[in-house]
Amino acid sequence: MGLRTDAEGKTWDSVSFAVEADRIGQYADAVGESSPMHRDASAAKDAGYRDVVAPPMFVVVYSSPAMGPAIFDPEVEMNFAAMVHGGQRFEWGEPVCAGDTISTEVECKSISERDGKGFYVFESVSTNQDGAQTAKGSWTNIVRGVG
Amino acid sequence: MTASFEAGDSLPEMRVTPDAGLTKRYAEASGDPNPIHIDEEFAKKVGLPGCILHGLWSMAQVARAHGEAVGDPLALRRLEVQFRGMGFPEQEVSVTTSVTEADGGRIVTETEAAQGENRIIRNASAELAV
Repeated sequence: MGLRTDAEGKTWDSVSFAVEADRIGQYADAVGESSPMHRDASAAKDAGYRDVVAPPMFVVVYSSPAMGPAIFDPEVEMNFAAMVHGGQRFEWGEPVCAGDTISTEVECKSISERDGKGFYVFESVSTNQDGAQTAKGSWTNIVRGVG
Repeated sequence: MTASFEAGDSLPEMRVTPDAGLTKRYAEASGDPNPIHIDEEFAKKVGLPGCILHGLWSMAQVARAHGEAVGDPLALRRLEVQFRGMGFPEQEVSVTTSVTEADGGRIVTETEAAQGENRIIRNASAELAV
């Protein structure tokens, strides 16, 4: 039984996310980021940001909505019952602030098999309303028992 | 922040214990609806000992440990991790980090997160602008 790799190179429509200050604060609370810059616009402005600024890992909040259509695409054919999130990489660029609109595009970079496991690697590229890249993500999902 | 870092330095260890309600708060904050993190019965039905931590929450702890170590939560330029053992609520997570490269305004680290002997994030590396 070979692993189906047709979806390699496939891209999905970009998904936009409007960043609100409350959402940044809620996320900062959940992960324990205590800086007032994530909650208070004047604290963020004192530090040189346009508005309440998101912690780097807030990338998960604004890029995940674009990941859904990719990983649930029937053409990718991932077996969710046997899937685990195996690895994650982010690179950060322009900071993300309240009031930004972030667009994220996802591409299936590779589907490969090793030791009976399928490795599905997706790349997300997120840009703000000015076209500046805020983050690039590489998401690796591992599916057992494909060999 | 004017602290300087050299290759071989350890960054301060960060310890945090996720409380029983954490996974629900993180699920809401992150938008991850997967029931294996928030529904004890569902988690057991699919063969887990109970609700497990979100890997991306654990990764966020590694990110936070770096930001706190250099005194700037926005210093992180890159973070890559592998998720291995499952993490569980109500057990202390410790993040340990050492500097592998330091030149001018840039440091590179190797880092991991563990609950006791259970290393939940390993082979991880970060780059920061300091």
